[in-house]
Amino acid sequence: MTSVLGRKLSTPTLDVLHPSHFAYRHIGPRRSDVGEMLELLGYESLESLIDTVVPEEIRLRRPLALPPGRSEREVLQALRGIAGMNRVFRSYIGMGYAGCFTPQVIQRNVLENPGWYTAYTPYQAEIAQGRLEALLNYQTMVSDLTGLEIANASLLDEATAAAEAMHLSQAVHPGADAPIYLVDDRCHPQTIAVVQTRAEARGIRVQVADPDTFGFKPGVIGALVQYPATDGQVRDFRTLCQKAHEAKALVTAATDLLSLTLLVPPGEWGADVAVGNSQRFGVPMGYGGPHAAFFATRDEYKRFLPGRIIGVSKDRDGKPALRMALQTREQHIRRDKATSNVCTAQVLLAVMASMYAVYHGPSGLRRIAERVHTRTVILANALRRLRYKLVHEVFFDTICVEVENWALPRLLDAARARNINLRQISSTRLSVALDETVTLGDVADLITIFSLNEALPFMLDDIGVKRDRAIPRALARTTSFMEHPVFHRHHSETEMLRYIKRLEARDLSLTSAMIPLGSCTMKLNATTEMMPVSWREFNRLHPFAPRDQAAGYQLLFSQLEYQLAEITGFAAVSLQPNAGSQGEYAGLLVIRAFHRSRGEGHRTTCLIPQSAHGTNPASAVMAGMQVVPVKSDARGNIDVADLRAKAAAHRDSLAALMITYPSTHGVFEASVREICRIVHDHGGQVYMDGANMNAQVGLCRPGDIGADVCHLNLHKTFCIPHGGGGPGMGPIGVAAHLVPFLPGHPIVDLDHPAACGTISAAPWGSAAILPISWAYIALMGYDGLTEATQIAILNANYVARRLSEHYPLLYSGRNGLIAHECIIDTRPFKASAGVDVEDIAKRIIDYGFHPPTVSFPVPGTLMIEPTESESKEELDRFCDALIAIREEIREVEEGRAARDNNLLTNAPHTLEQVISDSWDRPYPRERAAYPTRAVREHKVWPTVGRIDSAYGDRNLVCSCPPVEAYG
Amino acid sequence: MSNVPDDLVYTQEHEYVARTDDSNVVRVGITDYAQGELGDVVFVRLPKPGDRFNAHQSFGEIEAVKAVSELYSPLAGEVVEINNALDSDSGIVNRDPYGDGWMVKLRLSNPAELKDLLTPKAYRSHIGE
Repeated sequence: MTSVLGRKLSTPTLDVLHPSHFAYRHIGPRRSDVGEMLELLGYESLESLIDTVVPEEIRLRRPLALPPGRSEREVLQALRGIAGMNRVFRSYIGMGYAGCFTPQVIQRNVLENPGWYTAYTPYQAEIAQGRLEALLNYQTMVSDLTGLEIANASLLDEATAAAEAMHLSQAVHPGADAPIYLVDDRCHPQTIAVVQTRAEARGIRVQVADPDTFGFKPGVIGALVQYPATDGQVRDFRTLCQKAHEAKALVTAATDLLSLTLLVPPGEWGADVAVGNSQRFGVPMGYGGPHAAFFATRDEYKRFLPGRIIGVSKDRDGKPALRMALQTREQHIRRDKATSNVCTAQVLLAVMASMYAVYHGPSGLRRIAERVHTRTVILANALRRLRYKLVHEVFFDTICVEVENWALPRLLDAARARNINLRQISSTRLSVALDETVTLGDVADLITIFSLNEALPFMLDDIGVKRDRAIPRALARTTSFMEHPVFHRHHSETEMLRYIKRLEARDLSLTSAMIPLGSCTMKLNATTEMMPVSWREFNRLHPFAPRDQAAGYQLLFSQLEYQLAEITGFAAVSLQPNAGSQGEYAGLLVIRAFHRSRGEGHRTTCLIPQSAHGTNPASAVMAGMQVVPVKSDARGNIDVADLRAKAAAHRDSLAALMITYPSTHGVFEASVREICRIVHDHGGQVYMDGANMNAQVGLCRPGDIGADVCHLNLHKTFCIPHGGGGPGMGPIGVAAHLVPFLPGHPIVDLDHPAACGTISAAPWGSAAILPISWAYIALMGYDGLTEATQIAILNANYVARRLSEHYPLLYSGRNGLIAHECIIDTRPFKASAGVDVEDIAKRIIDYGFHPPTVSFPVPGTLMIEPTESESKEELDRFCDALIAIREEIREVEEGRAARDNNLLTNAPHTLEQVISDSWDRPYPRERAAYPTRAVREHKVWPTVGRIDSAYGDRNLVCSCPPVEAYG
Repeated sequence: MSNVPDDLVYTQEHEYVARTDDSNVVRVGITDYAQGELGDVVFVRLPKPGDRFNAHQSFGEIEAVKAVSELYSPLAGEVVEINNALDSDSGIVNRDPYGDGWMVKLRLSNPAELKDLLTPKAYRSHIGE
């Protein structure tokens, strides 16, 4: 029995389910439901259920050392206080981050709209055509602006995109024994740091130099240049590309989309890859993120493209239909042979950027770019008249100024006095980067700063007169872009609003029904938690603004780090990794750095259970390790005998074990402590994949169990919304001996003396979404967080029990109980009815639900995770649907329905199909479309029928098809 | 039941080897069973003529919508011809794995190795049929 503050907690008197506690809003089942559900399971109390599910030897037998839950009003007040400690300066720092205006119609209807931000990754394409179209627009925009044939649906940030480009360069021309990668010394410093970290682990030598001195000797796999450079200069790289291509090396341009409306795009001057940040297309800077990075390349390299790609295919009726293409490139299929471990995109942010492009169109974007450029020219002219020397004359939006040693601090002070941030490049150089928010008044302020209080030798009113361009003809763009009608039709707000709403309506999000995706934890993203994301004090800060301007953020980070460390039982937390995959990679680099610090750099073997998510082996390879698989036993647990044998066989080289807990099969393995001990005894460290942390919070802690590192998916357990496929956050917690090795950053000192390197472009990853997790923890408190875990386990066991009479269940722990998710086995129906897991998943769409996870971790099965946020009523509705589908399968089994033409094989049914005059299916339309009463009230209709994925992969189209295709 | 023609020999990795008019040259592809397991083939990456491989060495890759598999050279030899038709229509592998869906022709370094491969009977039992 858990004892909190001397009181015994038992089900009937749960404080946290009192309406005044936020947990009452966050948790789905009502008090009376909990009793009923326990009764079905045969337990008297929640505690006795949990005591049976979670092994006693790993239980945390004290409350988490966190405050009790607070009301929504109190938490918002506290957040207001924290936000007020941040000071929003005008930041002209540049470095890949620029101020911008988010069109309000996009802010309110995309960023602040749960219809967009609570959707999942578009694996179920038939109910995701809306955001798939928005992402296709994004790819088309990127491809057009960069002048390269194919673009992906976004990556985490510019720096990791550049690192992915390096890996692509190597994959395209493998074979160099000692590969060398050339990096422009005027790339953004955070990009250089991330590329160096990635390269070092993979044995690639990075040479940072002036591109004019680049030599393409044998072994050079490619070069990375910044266009425009970090100090603003726009250089012509045509000759460099020729030299590179003669040596069969690839050239990657890190670039800026807005500048490409005026500059010759990289694809036209010879670059093979273009990467960058699309943030300034309407996404706030957010003190570092989240933003959508882009990645484009030539058609011939499409099979090496990292991340998600949206492609055009067709549905069973021949109608164009979108879905994720070329999935075989991805880590979940290729595992340790994948060239990248990236699992996710930044969908919500890519959607925002694409909507910004749709809203402005090509001429609007060019107009914005012209305005920014003109103001930069005006500033440059004024500074010249103030007798400053500009370091370069060819630029887009950033100028670099040579200043006297003595003047530099005075200039910075003068800027600070006007709440302006400039960038100091060296002791004698400053740069100023302008953006679309800069007015002529701002330019006048800048001129005044640079005048150092001397009288101006000209009238400020005259500065707007001269409008020369600082872009020579050879570098000026002549080709058109974004000619597709989608970029021309929605420029009025009415049209824009309807377009956003039309796409939103095609997608199933948490606003319609539960999304019971196993391993993905689609819990409530409460409105209160989301509010701060829109506040200017959180979202207008430049990531490299001086730290004293971000005192609120610093406080929030330290509190969140403390809270996460307490929840995981670790000594410290790094908030830098931007996604779960980045957390894995970061955690393994920390382990690697630890071994090296002890003179054990030869420890590079990573044990990974066969049942692990494919990202694990991909991350291990990225961190320079070799993967040795460990068997799973018949119950899905790690085969301890095999682990012991493998650990012993590799005792001299063992670096780490990666283990997911509870297991990927949704079971609390009783042997986990022993497993950790075996690995430690053989000199290895234990990396715990925190994907299933939702089942641990308040009940047990990775650090107590024996893990040395663990990542947390803040977008699963800690309520950051999935955004339709990103953003995410993957901070890592580490034990005390690993703290010195946590990630560092080249611009912002994070005080990790032996840092394993730099993982993300921004020092605290996607800072702007961290208030969401902070708010969730503050609202729930120690008691609510623990209760949430218990109810998550109750909900999962309730669903499992209700379905167990109808479907075989795979894997369970003691007493037939599971943790927070269950796997139902649908493989037998292939033989009995010719129905496969795909048919069942698609039929679930007809019932108005998002299907569970398909074929992970076991092919041919469905994995269901209801989370604590779903009510009993919704769980019952979902179970009823699955039970009704079982009856539909039985009709086929018993010959009452045709094996190849039935409710399942033809699913999902679109509105167009069921109202068609030529309906010829051997079952009534009503059964097809309205199988239950509930869906008559509301359902999200699939807008296309079953998609032919093979057709799309064989005939790859990854940009907007001509309008005629839609007939 | 998948089709396992009697006039071919097979590998554990589900490639078949067919003799050609030239006794030193064989035609290689994947079996009917393999294409069925993979599902719709969307891409086949093949080596270049002139490339040399040892037995069991990977010579290419075959991709379906949700699976990817390496192709292993059944025997040591040099690639003399590849099936370029797969470039534009990889679905041939599904429709006609033993005919138009072949992948490479190999000039064998040691034709005697042919006897090490599986007989149709042995392959049938390998795939449990």
